[in-house]
Amino acid sequence: MTGPVTISLDVNGERVEAQVLPRLNLADFLREHLKLTGTHVGCEHGVCGACTVRVAGEIVRSCLMLAVQANGAVVETIEGLSDSGEVADLQAAFRDRNALQCGFCTPGMLMAAQDLLRENRKPAREEIREHLSGNYCRCTGYQAIIDAVENTARARMELKA
Amino acid sequence: MSSIRVNPETLSVLDRPNSYIGKTVPRPNLERLLQGRATYVSDMELPRMAHVVFLRSPYAHAKILKIDATAAKQMPGVVAIVTGKELSAVITPWVGVLSHLKGLKSAPQSALAIDRVCWQGEAVAAIVATSRATAEDAAEHVAVEYEELEAVTDMRTALDPGTPVIHASLGDNLAFERIHDAGAVDKAFAEADAVVEADFIFGRHTGVTLEPRSVVADWNAAETRLTIYQGTQAPHMVQNIAALHLGLRESQVRVVCKDVGGSFGIKVHIYADEMATYALSKLLRRPVKFVADRVESFNTDIHARDHRCKGKIGVKRDGTITAFEIDDLTGIGPYSMYPRTSAIEANQVVNLVGGPYTSKNYRARARVVFQNKNVMCQYRAVGHPIACSVTEGLVDLAAMKIGMDPVEIRRRNLIKDDAYPCGSPSGLRFEQLSHHASLSKIVEMMDYQALRAEQVTLRKKGIHRGIGIASFIEVTNPSAAFYGVGGAKISSQDGVAVRLDAQGSVICQTSITEQGQGSESLTAQIVGSVLGVSMDRVRVVLGDTDMTPYGGGTWASRGAGIGGEAALQATKILRKNILDVAAVILQSTPADLDIANNAVVNVSDGAPRIELNELARIVYFRPDTLPPGTRPELMATKHFVPREYPFAFTNGVQAAWVEVDTDTGFVKLLKHWVVEDCGTIINPQLVDEQIRGGVVQGLGAALFEKCIYDERGQLTNANMADYLVPMSGEMPDIDVGHVVSPTRESELGAKGAGEAGTAGAAAAVSNAVNDALQPFGAIITEIPLTPQVILTALGRI
Repeated sequence: MTGPVTISLDVNGERVEAQVLPRLNLADFLREHLKLTGTHVGCEHGVCGACTVRVAGEIVRSCLMLAVQANGAVVETIEGLSDSGEVADLQAAFRDRNALQCGFCTPGMLMAAQDLLRENRKPAREEIREHLSGNYCRCTGYQAIIDAVENTARARMELKA
Repeated sequence: MSSIRVNPETLSVLDRPNSYIGKTVPRPNLERLLQGRATYVSDMELPRMAHVVFLRSPYAHAKILKIDATAAKQMPGVVAIVTGKELSAVITPWVGVLSHLKGLKSAPQSALAIDRVCWQGEAVAAIVATSRATAEDAAEHVAVEYEELEAVTDMRTALDPGTPVIHASLGDNLAFERIHDAGAVDKAFAEADAVVEADFIFGRHTGVTLEPRSVVADWNAAETRLTIYQGTQAPHMVQNIAALHLGLRESQVRVVCKDVGGSFGIKVHIYADEMATYALSKLLRRPVKFVADRVESFNTDIHARDHRCKGKIGVKRDGTITAFEIDDLTGIGPYSMYPRTSAIEANQVVNLVGGPYTSKNYRARARVVFQNKNVMCQYRAVGHPIACSVTEGLVDLAAMKIGMDPVEIRRRNLIKDDAYPCGSPSGLRFEQLSHHASLSKIVEMMDYQALRAEQVTLRKKGIHRGIGIASFIEVTNPSAAFYGVGGAKISSQDGVAVRLDAQGSVICQTSITEQGQGSESLTAQIVGSVLGVSMDRVRVVLGDTDMTPYGGGTWASRGAGIGGEAALQATKILRKNILDVAAVILQSTPADLDIANNAVVNVSDGAPRIELNELARIVYFRPDTLPPGTRPELMATKHFVPREYPFAFTNGVQAAWVEVDTDTGFVKLLKHWVVEDCGTIINPQLVDEQIRGGVVQGLGAALFEKCIYDERGQLTNANMADYLVPMSGEMPDIDVGHVVSPTRESELGAKGAGEAGTAGAAAAVSNAVNDALQPFGAIITEIPLTPQVILTALGRI
């Protein structure tokens, strides 16, 4: 087995240096090394979307990326987005619409929804459904999630108007 | 609402001032889930915690000849490698039977396989190491020699004389058989103008909880006490079973259930690998963590459905249904699950078929057979999707046969709303259902006539749309009749303790559990409403056998109806106790006082008299200022269990509007409607979202989900890429309406709502697809309705 490698990255605004095995994936690095357990692991093969985080501004499945690949990158997780207030309105919309039940998919869902809203300020309902179609939710049936994202988009438009 | 009340004692909690009952309020526990600051078991770490990985059988049926772990044991970080024989020193085997399911049999099952494996995925050795990755590495160096045995995979031939018997001691592969005969079935079929028969096929599927099953077991050798952290729906059941098989007293086992990443019935059972994890902690005297990976989840989380059911219906020309008959067959894997057994689903099918209708003639046979596949057991809406699809499929076929509209045949046969209380030919008792009101409501919601007109117009353009209707009944609020009478130590009562703290807030401990349904919210809503305090003053504690009253937990749509009533009754006592002491402090009488907005107020004019925090201050810190003999009791506990009816049946109806592409076989779900009657609605939003989530799980079964086994018992799609579940892109918007018939068994009047969506969704979609395909003369009675199934029925492939 290859020995540990030193990586240096920015996680939620904090400088992080760590010794990691090359085989360690980013999800496990965030959860086990940094104790950022808001990033969830649902399938470990890149399908369910629960481990979605933002790397260099783009959303990625952290179970499909190695920690060493994040060397030098800016990584943002649900904890970071919560503390900065970036998704506070989206979180409130999810709360008001009960767009989560068990909550396991929620961090990844919020990441994916915020990614859509940054690219498309006024997504149609079908576009929201399409953009979130890589994120499993087994509890809600999705409709409440689509509503919450739609409500957030509308509120942000009104704020800007 | 006016705050002036003439006599608050005569008011129900439903109309107290500022009641939260019937209101949409956000769940109090959402913020931690939204911020990624929840604690799921998979997040937990304890000092000296080791990780277990299970080496699992690649064969469906094989003898274990030899396990050689010599090399693996030498690897750095490996704590122990334990076989079934070794683990049997600390944990005893179990048999999943219940005495009220007469004749049900199963074989002893061990935490780890001993000598023989009976399904692909059964654990044969436990590899414990300082990290999961290390344990996985070591697992690859454990060599197991197997002698493959013939696998029994096809339920249709499981009982044939030429088929090997999986457990020789049982004599055959028949786990359970139930035969029921009511009324005069043969006569009823003879008197019918038409008799229709069909074979209904249901795919084996599973729950796919997004968080896999997870356990941290922590045996403290000094305290001689085991703490189990587990995402479970039934903590006291786990406590009982763990204690029983580890040779401990229940007081030596604490089960803690924090946040749970989805359950749906998957996490209400006792799994062999979880039992092994408890035993390993005791054996190794340190915390041990098990988190299933996704492949393990598919191979070992209980599967469900997998029924083949022959159905028959008799109908007269005027639409009167004369009789139902079914012959159901299901394969449950090699063991009946523990402790709830794997015969419940088939038993439910027998109970429920024909349930919404007036026909008194009903004959049924159900057979449950063993096979070398993963274990099957209760998953959301147990048996209901089978019974509903068979019943509603037959009703539509009958309507088609006599040329009657599907809504009309239901109007002519559904039990009248004023006919209650009454019973079913299978022996079910109904307190009050509302089939006709529900049907009328859904017809209006969907604008049935307009859809029919649209269907006709589009057909001319070669667009094939269909409408499917499915009425259903649903078991909720189960009494001891479900498990207790059969000898299982699964509580059917739930308890709530509620107390006023020293700052006038309320702490409420309940034995129901939370997996996202909103148990915490509905409890806080009830406590806040009954007591007269705001919800932000109510803290709900659940999921801990050390901290909560004894109770069943959250399953079978029982949390709101049973746990909610316990909360109501406990809070009524606390309210009385508070008013008693308030009367002493205020030199008034309890009858002249009420509690509203966190303060004791006058009944007469609503004027605040003393804040609850001030009352609590006096009681807790200055009891010396109270008159001699005054002994306030600011904590109250009550338990509740339904006694009059074994189950509180609910009812409802679903409708699907679909489009079938007859070239590709794809089904597009355009719209779905549900009207259901769960009695008193505590939080409309939570009820609606339970319905929607339940519907989508039913839609998964209807269109996508199937565990595909080959003839050797190999599960060929045990990953999320190949096993399809509903995603946001394919799901329709779902409109939900309600009819409210409260149960009179409780003051709250709430019945369950968590499974109704799953019960009828597949039936509605199947009926809609058949409706769409009417011009082609194709009838499909198989789910999932994959393109292959549809194109085959159309003769295209």
